[in-house]
Amino acid sequence: MRLINRTPSRPMAVALAALPFVAIAVAYSVSSEIRLAANPSDKLLPAPSTIWETAIRLFTQGDRRTGEILLWKDTLASLTRLFGGVGIAAALSLTLGMLIGLLPYARRLLSDFVAVLSMVPPLALLPILFIVFGLGETSKVVLIVIGITPFMTRDLSQRVLDIPHEQIVKAQTLGASSLVIALRVALPQILPRLISNIRLSLGSAWLFLIAAEAVASDVGLGYRIFLVRRYLAMDVILTYVVWITFLAFVIDWALKTLSRRAFPWMEAGL
Amino acid sequence: MSFVSVTDVWQRYGDRSILERVNVAVNEGEFISIVGASGCGKSTFLRMLLAEERPSRGEIRIDGGEPAVEPNRERGVVFQRYSVFPHLTVRQNIVAGEAFDTTWGALSGANRKAARERADALLKRIGLNHVADQYPASLSGGMQQRLAIGQAMTAKPRVLLLDEPFGALDPGTRLAMHVFLMELKAETNMTVFMVTHDLEEGFKLGDRVLVFDKPRWDPHDPGAYGATITYDFDAKDGGMPYQRILDNYPSLAPEAG
Repeated sequence: MRLINRTPSRPMAVALAALPFVAIAVAYSVSSEIRLAANPSDKLLPAPSTIWETAIRLFTQGDRRTGEILLWKDTLASLTRLFGGVGIAAALSLTLGMLIGLLPYARRLLSDFVAVLSMVPPLALLPILFIVFGLGETSKVVLIVIGITPFMTRDLSQRVLDIPHEQIVKAQTLGASSLVIALRVALPQILPRLISNIRLSLGSAWLFLIAAEAVASDVGLGYRIFLVRRYLAMDVILTYVVWITFLAFVIDWALKTLSRRAFPWMEAGL
Repeated sequence: MSFVSVTDVWQRYGDRSILERVNVAVNEGEFISIVGASGCGKSTFLRMLLAEERPSRGEIRIDGGEPAVEPNRERGVVFQRYSVFPHLTVRQNIVAGEAFDTTWGALSGANRKAARERADALLKRIGLNHVADQYPASLSGGMQQRLAIGQAMTAKPRVLLLDEPFGALDPGTRLAMHVFLMELKAETNMTVFMVTHDLEEGFKLGDRVLVFDKPRWDPHDPGAYGATITYDFDAKDGGMPYQRILDNYPSLAPEAG
């Protein structure tokens, strides 16, 4: 039998999916064990038990000075920035994408501009943003917006253009105005794309968020990681990394579920 | 005055001629089949009837009105594919035929209820009432085309344009669709233009069959001359002429006795 035709059984599939996770956990434990055996005060690879204790401390115990639990405070600050930036980017790119996709005049005006804009490396603009918007929340949200909007706009406008021309003509023969075509034909078919678009952009959004927080901030997940880096607090860093990964995973899963619930027609043919 | 009049229509893209000197007059209620080889401009002709394209010369008028500059409610259309909206249920697709002609594209209150009831009546008529709440993607090809025709009829167009509507259907479904279309045609007395690849279908359904072909051909420059209507068959009575001559000229009947 050819390799491409061999499929794993159900238990085998579960085992295979778990294998990389188990492998990395085992590799870490073993390396940590070796290093700690050589030097019990090694900070590079803290024992899994140490990380676990640190995690519990971070999630439950307040800061000694203020009594606030810093991890939750960081999470709240970071998520606010992330959702703010992604939300604004989504609204902007949806509007621009619809305009570019539907109106030839807007396409001529904007599509080349957006194409060029999406080539600008957003992190190179970060100093400018700090200078213009200060070191507060605005510059961080704006970095996320600038970072992901051009790419989202390009994709969404392409999706609008991909709507079969027959549908647009058909809507016109039913008497639909440009506005009705935008609202009732294009928009509903673009929204599922917007959600998958957001899911794709979230990776970059996190990148820009953590970069901005690392450079200048006083609260936030990225800020904390870069702060404790000075003390080689690997246990804290690893806890935060796992926590960020978990948050990203949950957001992705929520968006996927939302898309499936809200757009049943997408799967009608399956 | 004929209902649809096509006067000296030319169409060229750049220096490539597609159609030239197309003249045809169609009466209200006629079913016109349009046949011809691939690339002979029959779909271009349909797009011009639809006002999706404007002819580079000449004009097309419906009922003596001004030549249209964009598709409108006077012209209903069914394409081979993508004629219904995938994100609307079957019933919503029919209601769209009325709702899209409003400012926001949606009806409310009593209007909406009435439109839904009319939609349900139509769905029953076209045999789709059992799938009213499903999405088009879950329907078979024949059902989708029936829905597309029903949707086009909801807007009460003056001419119905069909662009190879049954081209993607299997032979059995195709025959069922012929029956469906003829019934609908008999009920509404709609003027229909249908582009088809299938000669038999064209003659079976059409009152007239227009054949598009290139009368002139330059072997060194195939794009130099466009196609035009080379034949205009009377396809009533199965394409056999003089079947009604006795109705028109009773004196030609052989003497009784």
